[in-house]
Amino acid sequence: MESCYCIEPQWPADELLMKYQYISDFFIALAYFSIPLELIYFVKKSAVFPYRWVLVQFGAFIVLCGATHLINLWTFTVHSRTVAIVMTTAKVLTAAVSCATALMLVHIIPDLLSVQTRELFLKNKAAELDREMGLIRTQEETGRHVRMLTHEIRSTLDRHTILQTTLVELGRTLALEECALWMPTRTGLELQLSYTLHQQNPVGYTVPIHLPVINQVFSSSHAVKISPNCPVARLRPAGKYVPGEVVAVRVPLLHLSNFQINDWPELSTKRYALMVLMLPADSARQWHVYELELVEVVADQVAVALSHAAILEESMRARELLMEQNVALDLARREAETAIRARNDFLAVMNHEMRTPMHVIIALSSLLQETELTPEQRLMVETILKSSNLLATLINDVLDLSSLEDGSLQLELETFNLYAVFREVLNLIEPVASVKRLHVSLNLAPDLPEYAIGDEKRLMQTILNVVSNAVKFSMEGSISITAFVAKSESLRDSRAPEFYPVPSDNHFYLRVQVKDSGSGISPQDIHKLFTKFAQTQSTATRNSGGSGLGLAICKRFVNLMEGHIWIESEGLGKGCTAIFIVKLGIPGCLNESKLPIMPRMSTTIHSQIAFPGLKVLVMDENGVSRMVTKGLLVHLGCDVTMVSSSDECLRVVSHEHKVVLIDVCVPGIDGYETAMRIHEKFTKHHERPLIVALTGNTDKVINENCMKVGMDGIVLKPVSLDKMRSVLSDLLEHQVLFEAI
Amino acid sequence: MEVGQMQRRLMDYTKSLFMEGFLDGQFLQLQQLQDESNPDFVVEVVSLFFDDSEKLLNDLTMALDQPNVDFKKVDAHVHQLKGSSSSIGAQRVKNACIAFRNFCEEQNTEACLRCLQQVKQEYYLAKNKLESLFRLEQQIVAAGGSVPIMEMGF
Repeated sequence: MESCYCIEPQWPADELLMKYQYISDFFIALAYFSIPLELIYFVKKSAVFPYRWVLVQFGAFIVLCGATHLINLWTFTVHSRTVAIVMTTAKVLTAAVSCATALMLVHIIPDLLSVQTRELFLKNKAAELDREMGLIRTQEETGRHVRMLTHEIRSTLDRHTILQTTLVELGRTLALEECALWMPTRTGLELQLSYTLHQQNPVGYTVPIHLPVINQVFSSSHAVKISPNCPVARLRPAGKYVPGEVVAVRVPLLHLSNFQINDWPELSTKRYALMVLMLPADSARQWHVYELELVEVVADQVAVALSHAAILEESMRARELLMEQNVALDLARREAETAIRARNDFLAVMNHEMRTPMHVIIALSSLLQETELTPEQRLMVETILKSSNLLATLINDVLDLSSLEDGSLQLELETFNLYAVFREVLNLIEPVASVKRLHVSLNLAPDLPEYAIGDEKRLMQTILNVVSNAVKFSMEGSISITAFVAKSESLRDSRAPEFYPVPSDNHFYLRVQVKDSGSGISPQDIHKLFTKFAQTQSTATRNSGGSGLGLAICKRFVNLMEGHIWIESEGLGKGCTAIFIVKLGIPGCLNESKLPIMPRMSTTIHSQIAFPGLKVLVMDENGVSRMVTKGLLVHLGCDVTMVSSSDECLRVVSHEHKVVLIDVCVPGIDGYETAMRIHEKFTKHHERPLIVALTGNTDKVINENCMKVGMDGIVLKPVSLDKMRSVLSDLLEHQVLFEAI
Repeated sequence: MEVGQMQRRLMDYTKSLFMEGFLDGQFLQLQQLQDESNPDFVVEVVSLFFDDSEKLLNDLTMALDQPNVDFKKVDAHVHQLKGSSSSIGAQRVKNACIAFRNFCEEQNTEACLRCLQQVKQEYYLAKNKLESLFRLEQQIVAAGGSVPIMEMGF
């Protein structure tokens, strides 16, 4: 009884109260022991729980509490000291742990709470991102729409389709209520409603262009929000709806002329159209920035597409115009050709028809002159003859001139006596000149060739014309005719810079000067002289008659003869000089070697540039030809050996021979083979003689063959002395020579 | 007749030969080659030509007389004749030879015979003219003058 430290229980041990306490304590203990087990089980399950050791602490606290309650069960009755100690230990421990836990919880709960807030925050963020994603997607889709729209717009070149498509697509992309396009009228003072989305054929509303709101839109390149009440935005029938927001943008109308410069054209003075877009009413939708940008981009694209369409229209128009012009020109050409043909036919007929009666008149009048006539009759007949001669000349001139103009006239070239032509002219002009008491003198230069190649008849006509003009326009004094071969200085006339006479070996230039002491011509009239039908106005000339065609015809003839004709005069009353230069051929020089013009003396001088002692081998089957070639070479001082066959040639040829001349045109003897054998015989290059082929004709085949067998040159027969000389000098100097023709 | 006159006659005669086409520039070349070391060059060449041509013309006549005409041979002869005549400047003979050769290529016997006639004609004409020319020259030399050098002004 001495160790019982408990107070005498107030109630008996097995009273009901005691029983209930007993049971409750038991159950508490049970619970206290099972809770940690459950905790451990769940913590094991979750890997993320950050406060494990808190749980351990908590578990310990619970276990100890349970233990305390369990031990409490023994204290209801009398118990020993050990039990008391155990009880106390348990209680102490429990107290410690529970206090620790309490302290710990103070730390932990805020953390746990903050985790909660963070979670809320993240959830909000996620929601926001979702919203933004939605927005971006919408934008991207809009971008795609724009591209598609642009593609649609650009795929057609028809203006109407472009605009209609624009409106339709924009309406669809942006889900617009209404979309309209106002175009400027022709006067430029009003805007007319041209296209709308929902009305196929809009009534032609017009709005003056100078409204402030319109100016505002036109002055900015961005889309501008405008009030739904302004005139351009009143597109829907007024209703009980609250109209949606309206935006307007300008569309520049570019012209072809805008694209002259390479950089983007100035839009300052250009015309604009107005595009108005209306959001659906009652939707509380706002215009987003990206939607406005889209509208601006589309407006620009539309502008470009419209200008392309305009350019295309213009170019089609231009092409049509050109085609029309072409057709017209073609027609004109055909008409001109018909006219020319008609004229030529007419002339051809007239030629014959006119000349025949003329001829009859002249012939019979001259016959009549021969008969017995009274003085009056004679006078009459002479007048008839003179007039008919004049008429005949006129007809001839006109016919000649037309054939000259057509370019159908060709010179008839032949060898003729130049001196005889001048003598003939003199004979013809003498009677007329002597009647007028004019003295005519003829001066032919000594170096003037006696024979020349040209059109004798027309040359005579030219000289005669010029001389008769001189006679016609001189009342007194003298006429002098000079003719000489023109050298280069006298060939050029400073007044005719386009006349470039080219002296050559086969031709010479004949210069004829006819000087008269007559009435002269004033300098300003000179250029008129050669125009058809133009006459100078002085009374003296008007009386002399003439058609005014003479000099024009002379000019044509002189031009045909590759020459030039002009008149010099110092003025009225001082006479004038007619000068012409024509190109005439030198006979005998056309396709053969040049005739030697040098006298014998110079050939001996030239033969000093010869080839003394040069050993030459000549192979030619033809005896005469061989002799001539030998003569040539001997004349040049060479030492000539003659052979007439290939074998002989090869036998005789040695390294002393410097040149071998082979005739390759002889049938039966192969000159080429000979050349090849010579090549084989002389292997050292410097020992081999130079091989030259003589041939009667040149063509590519012979050329190629000669080159193939290794010949050093070709000479065309017949060979002149000069040619042989130059051939040999070229050969010895250059060791090769090609195509001496 | 005195020398001056004879010389003038020679000049006129030579000129006429050129004008009428019997001779061409090649003949002048030959005359050029004649000098003191070679005083009879032209006569020698022309005589050689006459001999050669007589032979060739005979050969041609015989060849064309055959029943089977060997045109190759005929062509070869004509080629020779053409070569010789062009070497001395007998222009009309040369031209006739050219025509002859064309018909040889065609192997037309009829035409060849005609051409042969033509060639012979031209040849005899040329021979005559040249012989007269040489006679004139000889006369001048015999009379003590010198043969005038042909200086054609063309």
